Amino acid sequence: MSDAALPVAAAAPVRRSSARGESLGVRIALIALSLLFLLLFLLLPLAAVFVEAAGKGWEAYRAAITEPDAQAAIRLTLLVAGIAVPFNIVVGIAAAWAIAKFEFRGKNLLISLIDLPFSVSPVISGLVFVLLFGAQGYFGPWLQAHDIKIVFALPGLILATVFVTFPFVARELIPHMQSLGTADEEAALTLGASPWRVFFWVTLPNVKWSLFYGVLLCNARAMGEFGAVAVVSGKIRGLTNTMPLHIEILYNEYMGAAAFAVASLLAGLALITLALKTFLEWRFGDEIAASRKH
Amino acid sequence: MTAAAPFRWREPSILPGFGLALGITLTALSLIVLIPLAALFLKAASAGPADIWAVATSPRTLAALKLSFFGALIAALVNAVFGLILAWVLVRYEFPGRRLIDAAVDLPFALPTAVAGISLAAIYAPNGIVGSLFAPFDIRIAYTPLGVMVALIFIGLPFVVRTVQPVLEELQSDVEEAAALLGASRARTLLKVVLPPILPALLTGFVLAFARAVGEYGSVIFIAGNVPMVSEIAPLLIVIRLEQFDYAGAAVVATMMLIIAFALILSVNLIQAHARRRFGDV
Repeated sequence: MSDAALPVAAAAPVRRSSARGESLGVRIALIALSLLFLLLFLLLPLAAVFVEAAGKGWEAYRAAITEPDAQAAIRLTLLVAGIAVPFNIVVGIAAAWAIAKFEFRGKNLLISLIDLPFSVSPVISGLVFVLLFGAQGYFGPWLQAHDIKIVFALPGLILATVFVTFPFVARELIPHMQSLGTADEEAALTLGASPWRVFFWVTLPNVKWSLFYGVLLCNARAMGEFGAVAVVSGKIRGLTNTMPLHIEILYNEYMGAAAFAVASLLAGLALITLALKTFLEWRFGDEIAASRKH
Repeated sequence: MTAAAPFRWREPSILPGFGLALGITLTALSLIVLIPLAALFLKAASAGPADIWAVATSPRTLAALKLSFFGALIAALVNAVFGLILAWVLVRYEFPGRRLIDAAVDLPFALPTAVAGISLAAIYAPNGIVGSLFAPFDIRIAYTPLGVMVALIFIGLPFVVRTVQPVLEELQSDVEEAAALLGASRARTLLKVVLPPILPALLTGFVLAFARAVGEYGSVIFIAGNVPMVSEIAPLLIVIRLEQFDYAGAAVVATMMLIIAFALILSVNLIQAHARRRFGDV
């Protein structure tokens, strides 16, 4: 055994450099291939948004984003995200508190159910609310009799957005809070702090960066959601059109430059989101390490 | 629940707020996710067997489902190959701009799908910057099933890279050195030593990319052309049924999508569990 191994070991230093890593040619080829792939599928589409938006000049750009319908779409997008995101923050924190700080039966099932919206098509996420609250939906006649509009109105947009973004905050907080354990909270309680004081002064400061990370992703999805809100919106101009829906209408009416002008605002939001996300991962990587896995 | 019973719903804890937190979670989960999804199945079932069969087996439904599932499968395979190469390059090699490239991989998570959709359509159209390269060879990308796949590759890419990357980072290079010292070629080392432990993560990334691609709507419809039977994806067919006020038809197509997708994801998770048992927890 050892006799046979010796010649190999002796020969090793010579072969080592090529056997441990790839040759320079292979490295360069793989890097070039990766860059080409990213260029074709990520970087060109991103650049095209800004190039097409600038295509008709500054005045056309300014006009496209300041016209009343575009302004209404921007306000509606901010309003929908402004309600859906805080709702998901509260529910996400509650879910993380129950799941990370306590041991109970059915916990894994609960985690799977919270993640469920990720594997449901956005279109289906909108469809379910039309089936419930639409004119021919289960609660449709009752809602009509009481003159309450949910589908083709603001409540429907909010419901669909909350559905789609439901898992974001919880799934960032759960792994982080689980890794922190319960010792800090137990110590604070033993020292006589009230439950809410423990939460706001001990738990929340501990998880603030992973919470921020989750909110960042939740907000990006809430403002950019298309499929789910397309189904429930009815696309009434100036009333139920969010920014992505406004982009679709402009694009379908062959107003490409205007569509890309509005799109450039959302692309700008995406770049800010990416920059903040990268900064958080770089600066607080330990606290949000678990989140890198999805 | 009581001291006498050995069965407990939860372990005792001095921390407060379990009831409140679980109550908020279950209420929101039921109202926003579970009851609406139940309404979908109820609506689909209410159509009656004959109607369900008619919708489910209509050529248009089958063509749309086929495009969504096979398109997602091919896109996920492409992403598995290039995502693996990309993760490898990002973890193992140093080159200028590496950090920027690393950050850019998450772009599909952050860029709204409608924005990606109109932009991909502009680039891959016959007069677009990439489409015009293929036009002389009579290859059309946008407004064909190929365009659908381009969009699905775009939205699925980060899933593979981000699941494989952390596993590659934790991989100890001493086993590779040992393999090299024992005389294995680099290719053999990669295939027999490096690949097995990252396989479960690769499979997870593949499934996530596939699941996302099956239901994708926003980035696809602008580049697809949406020709019935040719480049019409299943989510679009749901929207069309809904616009015709065919609620039951929409619900049947949606239910079929969900059932097929969950069955596929479940079966891959079972393979995954098998792989984990074989190669250890990764």
